[in-house]
Amino acid sequence: MSRHAKRNRPDGDRSGKRTTTLETVRPAAPAAIAPRHDAAEIAPIESHRIDGAHARAEVLRATGLFKRYRKGPVEVPVLRGVDLTVRQGELLAVVGQSGSGKSTLLHVLATLDAPDGGEVRFDGRRIDNLPSRERDLLRNRRFGMIFQFYHLLPELNVLENVLAPLMIAESMPGYFLRRRGYRRQATEILELVGLAHRLKHKPRELSGGEMQRTAIARALVTRPELLLADEPTGNLDGETGREILEMLRGLNQEQNLTIVMVTHDKEIARGADRIIRLVDGRVESE
Amino acid sequence: MYKFLLCWRYLRTRWIALVSIISVMLGVATMIVVNSVMSGFVSEMHQRLHGIHSDVVVEARDLNGFCDAQSHMEKIRQVAGEDIEAMTPTVIVPAMLTFRCGSQWISAPVQLIGIDPATQGTVSAFAQYLQHPENRREPTFDLRRGGYDTQDHQGGPAGGSARPAMATAGWEHRERWARSEAFRQALEPPEQTKNPAPDAVAPDPFANLPPTEPAHVFDPAKEQYDGVVLGIAMISRPTDDGKLGFALLPGDDVRITTVTASRRDPKFQSREFTIVDFYESKMSEYDSQLVFVPIGVLQDMRGMVDPSTQDRFVNSIQIKLREGADNHAVRDKLKKSFPAEVYTVLTWQDKQGPLLSAVHMEITILNILLFLIIAVAGFGILAIFLMIVVEKTRDIGILKSLGASRGGVMGIFLGYGLSLGLVGSGAGLVLGLAFVHHINQIADWISRVTDQPLFDPTIYYFYRIPTIVDPATIAWIVLGALGIAVLSSVLPAFRAAMLHPVEALRYE
Repeated sequence: MSRHAKRNRPDGDRSGKRTTTLETVRPAAPAAIAPRHDAAEIAPIESHRIDGAHARAEVLRATGLFKRYRKGPVEVPVLRGVDLTVRQGELLAVVGQSGSGKSTLLHVLATLDAPDGGEVRFDGRRIDNLPSRERDLLRNRRFGMIFQFYHLLPELNVLENVLAPLMIAESMPGYFLRRRGYRRQATEILELVGLAHRLKHKPRELSGGEMQRTAIARALVTRPELLLADEPTGNLDGETGREILEMLRGLNQEQNLTIVMVTHDKEIARGADRIIRLVDGRVESE
Repeated sequence: MYKFLLCWRYLRTRWIALVSIISVMLGVATMIVVNSVMSGFVSEMHQRLHGIHSDVVVEARDLNGFCDAQSHMEKIRQVAGEDIEAMTPTVIVPAMLTFRCGSQWISAPVQLIGIDPATQGTVSAFAQYLQHPENRREPTFDLRRGGYDTQDHQGGPAGGSARPAMATAGWEHRERWARSEAFRQALEPPEQTKNPAPDAVAPDPFANLPPTEPAHVFDPAKEQYDGVVLGIAMISRPTDDGKLGFALLPGDDVRITTVTASRRDPKFQSREFTIVDFYESKMSEYDSQLVFVPIGVLQDMRGMVDPSTQDRFVNSIQIKLREGADNHAVRDKLKKSFPAEVYTVLTWQDKQGPLLSAVHMEITILNILLFLIIAVAGFGILAIFLMIVVEKTRDIGILKSLGASRGGVMGIFLGYGLSLGLVGSGAGLVLGLAFVHHINQIADWISRVTDQPLFDPTIYYFYRIPTIVDPATIAWIVLGALGIAVLSSVLPAFRAAMLHPVEALRYE
């Protein structure tokens, strides 16, 4: 298989799956995003992808996840054998009391943290034990993350915050060459989340809802296959929280985006396709 | 790409870090100023030291020297002929200078140097330091008729000090002095005349004796004694209004006393000389000690002439080397052929060795100390960077969650350190160069404000603080400062890179 063919196939796959909705919501997808598939590290992962056209293919599978934290001499188990499957295009909510390990679970799924036992597979490939460079690439290009405290970079304005993952992905000259495409891409996504009028504002000048929408735009700018949301509404009032949830719901339905959302709020969780309840580091019910 | 953006943003928003680089800036500026002034000073000093000493000197250990300079010079030419441009024999002896200043008689120890005016100029810059423009072109021991500089010709753009008294120097001064002296002697009884010079003018009590020979009547208004060039500092001092005042002028007479060259029974020998010019090298050590007379006169005076062969004695031979010749190599060659018991062979650097090496050591030590300042600044950067890393812990977690690699995070802080170093040393460079450029105005201003002369030209004999800006030195200073800034950001950058993303995200 020639390098050229290898590079193009994943793109073909994806657009094949999403054709109907993607083109309507994000018209004229900028060609500039294509080069991100150049990276050789990504290619093996992509080639392992399941080619099935059926909607509910398995995207992420966690098996027997075990994680403990050491607090002084005492070891505190946080995850005690969590099994979890996330299917293509679903909105999965993980609920649980605080301290039930749901944030830790999300961090492990996002490869930010390594489990002490068990494994995480993404697109059929084990990702929890990848070298750090490949995990960085995975987070940068195929996962999107949003957090309870938004976690925007205070020195950068809204547009720059949204561009940050693209800047991280690109070398300086590469970014410089494609910066127009990237800017358009980021602006379009900010329009999508309704922040087109806030491009030059610093995070501290925004309301909580606006900050979270900026964070969503940042998570989506690299067109991830999986969005991991850690208490996305946890720091917002009920009304704004519902708006954010609506937005996630809309993204899930219109763009067929797979979302894993961690929350302690049962009301919010009710909007999900499927709910997993985490109690004391174990999945209690589905 | 995000590294550069974040570096730039941190640089613009973290003023505390800019405070930490003020010490880098000051260190760099101070190093530039000190090095420029010191190298200017050294170069000026070299020039002046070298101005009196020729490249290499062959000296006799015995004050009374060696016979037949010509054969010695031939031998030198045989040994190192290809490197030699010119040679001149000189006699250097200690002596005493006596002159009248107003009603006072003043005696001072001096270094008496007998030179050949025709060839002295070929081996050293002797003529350049004289006060008459004609003498600078062609030095002579004959008194000139007026035309002496009334302004320091080495003053450079600052103009130097004014010497209005020099306007009357020369034959005019001598004639006027002779007239007033004659008038004074006509008034006073002859036996009270202590003036040693114009004895002949006094009424001769032995006039009625049969003349043994036709007495030569010395007329100071028309004749001069043998010429002498005095170091300018012996007879001058700056007046309150910044001008240079003189006790004597070219045209006045002085008495020089030295000892005869007799080995068994040295005797004092005095002689009158007429000042023909002043020597001003601006090295106070020379200007207050050196007295130049024609070599033949000194040899006669000291009896440095072999009575049987009429061979003359000299005690040193000054050698000027060709451009680019290695004077230490020539010295070593000459040392082999001139026995060390009788001769010493020295380069001009050897002659001023302790002074030059002291100055060089001073420069080295100053550089080490000042570089330590920058090193201390490095620790300031280290401390502030560690603080910034702690403050930015969450941002580091965010960047990692967005896929930034460890190297990338490290790069942010290394780049930040480098850009702080660039800003600091750049500002220091500008500040230092500006300071060097305006150093004389600054020195003047400080003198005015503190009412203390910062740079006293009577001590240093420079009117301007000499500076030389050496680009290589500056490049080293700036590179050193950059290196320290980057080095001191390595540890904080490494800590940032090693932060665990989850803990960093949780950090409040």
